Amino acid sequence: MIWGVLQFPGSCDERDALNACLIAERSLNSRDGTGGALSSTRNVVEDPTDPVFESSEQSGVGHGADDVSGRGGGLSDSAPSSRLVWHEETDLSGLDGIVVPGGFSYGDYLRAGAIARFSPAMTSVARFAADGGPVLGICNGFQVLCESGLLPGALLTNERTRFICRQGDLVVGEADSPFLAGYEAGQTISVPFKHQSGRFFAPPELLEQIEADNQVAFRYASGQNPNGSLNDIAGVTNEAGNVLGLMPHPEHAVEAFSGSTDGLALFQGPALATAGAGA
Amino acid sequence: MLIRPKEGILDAQGKAVEGALPALGFEGIEHVRVGRIVELRAETADRLEELCEKLLANPLIEDYEIETISE
Repeated sequence: MIWGVLQFPGSCDERDALNACLIAERSLNSRDGTGGALSSTRNVVEDPTDPVFESSEQSGVGHGADDVSGRGGGLSDSAPSSRLVWHEETDLSGLDGIVVPGGFSYGDYLRAGAIARFSPAMTSVARFAADGGPVLGICNGFQVLCESGLLPGALLTNERTRFICRQGDLVVGEADSPFLAGYEAGQTISVPFKHQSGRFFAPPELLEQIEADNQVAFRYASGQNPNGSLNDIAGVTNEAGNVLGLMPHPEHAVEAFSGSTDGLALFQGPALATAGAGA
Repeated sequence: MLIRPKEGILDAQGKAVEGALPALGFEGIEHVRVGRIVELRAETADRLEELCEKLLANPLIEDYEIETISE
């Protein structure tokens, strides 16, 4: 599963997103190579000290992590791997999934995500999504996907107008999406909340439709809604399920040192869904 | 273009401004809403509405008005 992670002027979380993609890619490749059962898809990286997971870090399938995070192991140059995609690039061939990452693209001028949606790459991302390709939007990326019309709703300034930054709990929704293949509906996961314009809003009819069509991917756990989002919604999918956006930051919860690895399964999801469907 | 949050949507900025008023001695002021004005010079006004719909405003959450002044 090769990911392309979009990079806009002013964005800042793309390297952590790429890091998450590379770790997901390696963990799955490694499982593949060692005969790991991809079809038993649930919670593959339940235990981050899992020896398979560790060896995958060291074996260095793919390349690129050294360049971007300094956290990679010995790397091969030959195999294509997840990479950053500059916002002026329009050729997404060879990519199996797209991440639109977080972090103040274009300084959040006008409205968060409003200007980034006009990047040349976003036209290609819209086509990629229409063809069924998995597209994940995180934080500012979620705002970009909403502004683009690829996801329903809009994100408003937090109810208390403050930037929030803390670890919190999400409950996985009922949405039928490849991104959720590594989770169970109703499962609670711990990821960082980190945003100022994260209040999910949709007019009553649209909100009803989102709920009726099971497009809610994540809700803030009871009592933890940090921003006044309607129905505690933290993330939604499009009708087809192949586009998912969320405000919190799963890419900051993929390595044991950060205290939670609950975000990794989101990046493994599409590959797990494909393997599950093929099994 | 005058762009402001739709009626019925909690305007967090407006609330924050409103909350600061009593401390400054302003009383009897409520329903503060904060929008923005975009000024520009255009050869024709033909596509200004489209410009608002596509970029300057998000029709899901904001209303807009266009005022044209001929020079």
